[in-house]
Amino acid sequence: MANRRPIKIKPIIVHIVLILLTILCLFPFYILIINSSRYHPDIQKGFSFLPGRAFLYNFNNLLADPNLPVLRALRNSFIISASTAILSTYFSTMTAYAIHAYEFRGRKAIFTFILMIMMVPGQVSALGFVNLVRRMKLMDNFIPLIVPAIAAPIVFFFIKQYMENSLPMDIVEAARIDGAHEFRIFNTIIIPITKPAIAVQMIFTFTSSWNNYFIPSLILNDAKRKTLPILIAQLRSADFLKFDLGKVYMMIALSIFPVIIVYIFLSRSIIQGVAIGSVKG
Amino acid sequence: MAKRRKKSCVSYTKWGYIFLIPFFLVYIVFSLIPLVSVFYNSLFENYRAGLKQIGPNFVGFNNFKILLTSSELLTFAKNTIVIWLIGFIPQLLISLLLAAWFANMRLRIRAVGFFKGVIYMPNLIMASAFSMLFFTLFSDNGPVNDLLIKMGILDQPFRFLSDVGGTRGLIALMNFLMWFGNTTILLMAGILGIDATLFEAAEVDGATQFKAFRLITLPLLRPILVYVLITSMIGGIQMFDVPQILTNGSGNPNSTSKTLIMYLNQHLYSKNYGMAGALSVILFILTGILSLLVYFSITKRREKRWG
Repeated sequence: MANRRPIKIKPIIVHIVLILLTILCLFPFYILIINSSRYHPDIQKGFSFLPGRAFLYNFNNLLADPNLPVLRALRNSFIISASTAILSTYFSTMTAYAIHAYEFRGRKAIFTFILMIMMVPGQVSALGFVNLVRRMKLMDNFIPLIVPAIAAPIVFFFIKQYMENSLPMDIVEAARIDGAHEFRIFNTIIIPITKPAIAVQMIFTFTSSWNNYFIPSLILNDAKRKTLPILIAQLRSADFLKFDLGKVYMMIALSIFPVIIVYIFLSRSIIQGVAIGSVKG
Repeated sequence: MAKRRKKSCVSYTKWGYIFLIPFFLVYIVFSLIPLVSVFYNSLFENYRAGLKQIGPNFVGFNNFKILLTSSELLTFAKNTIVIWLIGFIPQLLISLLLAAWFANMRLRIRAVGFFKGVIYMPNLIMASAFSMLFFTLFSDNGPVNDLLIKMGILDQPFRFLSDVGGTRGLIALMNFLMWFGNTTILLMAGILGIDATLFEAAEVDGATQFKAFRLITLPLLRPILVYVLITSMIGGIQMFDVPQILTNGSGNPNSTSKTLIMYLNQHLYSKNYGMAGALSVILFILTGILSLLVYFSITKRREKRWG
């Protein structure tokens, strides 16, 4: 009986800590919503817990700014991220399937190699990458930001893990007996079976490409080709005091909220995806 | 018959290689060749002095000598480590605590899904936009200062971005917010993977919850803790977007929040390819060693699970 009392107090403390952390996580975004809907003079006057009425005003104001081609950047970011997500998951599934399904010579060595390069960051080869892109005459082009995602060791690793648990080779054998071509088997059987893992990895590759700043900022100089993170950096380097703050908050909101809205609907499967990578890893 | 079977087997394995072609083609062109050229560049003196182009002249390991003996590299490495530590230590402690709580069914935490969803969310936010948001929130006349003054905590605005601790603290806070949810979920999955009978046995033996955590959970969680530690170190070396945007690339005050990749970025922009190459090689070696450790920690866990 003596044991019961602390058990009753502890959940209260636990919930208080959780609520405090929730506030810490959400508070910046709360202010972001509030301030993106207020007029510049009101924002400068001080903080408010209630939203203003300038949401549309700030939105139109931002779109009208010739120095910040936001719609263009949204479009560019979307094209790059969506293509990256599709190419990266499709070809990573293909690579994972090659390692998972075929007993060829050097299979283990190749798997080991991919695991070893998995964590080496792209920044260390950025110098060579940019020089290569320049020599290929692909500066200000989206191709060098999309195509390299075909070789994505981390995506490969997650999908390979998934295949180990949920892709029985009997199905492939059966399809072979039916005379299906290997490439056809991959597209019509393997891809649908791996869909849950592909979906989760698509979200991750999309957001990481959407958020990527370092490499795109080295490749894209033309104002028409810039992505959202580059515009954010541009906004930061402009003389801050001259800026309409409503516009600044609106620009940040436009970069952040598309991801948050998608996340609200998919958070369950995203979190499951993170957890699977850990246990099976 | 046996012969035919063997033949068909061979023709299947061929497809293993074919399916690997896109990965390796792209990897060789966009990662391996650039990496080799980084090593090559690191051996040349190649930069711009004003309008004049110096080099490329072969100088052997001279770039490395300059880099390793200059105080800059050491300072920026120290900055990176300090900022990483300020963020990582609380991140690990809080994540461990939360993971233990979430995995403890008896606490009957309400809305676990909601809390997990909220703490993971900042991980998906655009780091540069998040940093810009913090820049506006914590600016001298920003909402945070306004709020602190209204609450009577401060008399006058605290200039976060003119203060060494303020700037480093903000960067660390953002890193913390972006990563503690991710770490919590990894650790929680690890704790749920531990054989539940161990905890039951400990309870029968009269162990307190804290004792069970210290003597069962922590030791069995070690592989995942090692994985979290090393991947976070690699992430720490890559730290760029947040400090770059927050300080507008300057690493101010007085370069105390300039990180290694910001230093690399600076050389890339000024087209000092020799120095950028040498710095990249050093970073490659560092991350390479850490990657090997990650590799061994992963394969060890895999063997344990299947062996």
